[in-house]
Amino acid sequence: MSNVKRNRNIDTAFKYVGIFFTLFGIAVLFVFIINILIDGLTRINWEFLTNLPSRRASKAGILTAWTGTAWILALTALIAIPIGVAAGIYLQEYGRKNRIARIIELNIANLAGVPSIIYGLLGLEIFVRLMNLGGSLLAGALTLSLLILPVIIVATREALKAVPNSLREASYGMGATKWQTVWHQVLPAASGGILTGIILALSRAVGETAPLIVIGALAYVPFVADSPLDEFTVLPIQIFNWVSRPQEEFLVNGAAAIIILLLITFVMNGIAVYLRNKWQKKISW
Amino acid sequence: MKRSAEKGIEFGLAFSGLITILTTIGIIWVLISESWGFFREVPLSDFLFDTEWTPLFSQKHYGILPLLSGTFLTTIIAIITAVPIGIIIAVYLSEYAHKRFRRNVKPLLEILAAVPTVVYGFFALTVVTPFLQTFVPGLGSFNALSAGLVMGIMIIPVISSLSEDALYAVPKSLREASYGMGATKFQTSFKVVVPAASSGILVSIILGVARAIGETMVVAIAAGQQPTLTLDPRQAVETITAYIVQVSLGDVQHGSMEYKTIFAAGITLFIFTFLLNNISFWIKKKYQEKYE
Repeated sequence: MSNVKRNRNIDTAFKYVGIFFTLFGIAVLFVFIINILIDGLTRINWEFLTNLPSRRASKAGILTAWTGTAWILALTALIAIPIGVAAGIYLQEYGRKNRIARIIELNIANLAGVPSIIYGLLGLEIFVRLMNLGGSLLAGALTLSLLILPVIIVATREALKAVPNSLREASYGMGATKWQTVWHQVLPAASGGILTGIILALSRAVGETAPLIVIGALAYVPFVADSPLDEFTVLPIQIFNWVSRPQEEFLVNGAAAIIILLLITFVMNGIAVYLRNKWQKKISW
Repeated sequence: MKRSAEKGIEFGLAFSGLITILTTIGIIWVLISESWGFFREVPLSDFLFDTEWTPLFSQKHYGILPLLSGTFLTTIIAIITAVPIGIIIAVYLSEYAHKRFRRNVKPLLEILAAVPTVVYGFFALTVVTPFLQTFVPGLGSFNALSAGLVMGIMIIPVISSLSEDALYAVPKSLREASYGMGATKFQTSFKVVVPAASSGILVSIILGVARAIGETMVVAIAAGQQPTLTLDPRQAVETITAYIVQVSLGDVQHGSMEYKTIFAAGITLFIFTFLLNNISFWIKKKYQEKYE
């Protein structure tokens, strides 16, 4: 009898342990955000957003950093979206189930597991040096595009997979070609899922630091880039630079820049989650 | 006419798919060709067994061991933190929690995974390290402990969400058989469901390890940049990734020895993550066969 009781107690105890640790993860997130808000919120003002970097913490701003991030975001989207979606379509709609298809699949899974800093080494050698792009926005965007390509491809394939075959067959039945079917029927039906994946992938690109440091993005860029071939910095690199300094005032600057970066990441993730929910609700094939 | 357009489009799509293969070839080629130059000057035995890594000093040593020990130390701390918590969360969400709780909590845990890693580095340096210093004697302002712990928090969502998927996939009949024998939920969870999902949980742990080994910004900010061969978590260490960042921050000339060292470090890192990833694919494949 006491054995039964003990087992029941363990059961109840685990329930609380489970709640505790689940909430622990979330509590850490909150501690963390509140801490950063306390550190950095008072530092954010119009000058902080519109000032160039400076050796003096009180005068330093993030103008070059956030414009650099915007540039990188736009260029990466331009490069990675068409290639990623096209590759996803090919693998899901055209690809045959043979050995090559399996190799490509395994390859994409492997690429997804390659540490981001290795992509930086790839970009350094290929884009910066061989293609002679230097530490430019274009070199950075190309590097990040390769990094997020697997994410976009996998998301595209998942979304296409969810489209029922009857839709394709109806389209073929009307005499449509394969591409007409994909372009006019399958792709629109899968667009919600694809868009979600794209936004999540881009939000990852916005937060990446290491590969851009490796290709030579600079922390100190005294001008706003106006062409893809200009040198650049981005928010995460600016944050890294400020956080690496011993002075307290620069840490405050770092916290303030983190607030801006988190704002961008959370808004992008929020949009993605919203789209996903909306898309999942709409679909009742 | 139309048919040739169709062919053209298919070719374009296939070419996009080919880019992923080219990326892999590019990575391997770049790593091998540049570290080839490195190993022409540094014997492999020095690289593997010398206990000092000082390519940036005048007295140069090229032993990877200090970077490896730094990488493994931070990774082990991260895994010790993330595995128990991640699995407890997975079991709780999959076996105990109400559907509504689960639905609300999962996106919040996903946010943990979406926070840029440079932000975690800031957190480790400015919050966790000062907090640990209040009760860990001799803890430096840069140390492996704080970086490892924060990396662990970062990896929790990886382990919890993949493990939960694995637990969720265990057939209901197994649980019911266990309840029928009079087992409690706890006994059922840990003696029936977890063992049945063990390969999936293992995959989540391996991917967590791979993620920790390749993580860069947290360790570059909070663990320090001193390659020391130590297993003392209170000390500053340098990981492979942090070394690559350290060199990249300076102005490195192509063809110089420093330039080559980051590729030698890179190929070492790549080999580890490549092996871990493929072990996880292999386990996953075996596991799927078992259930179908």
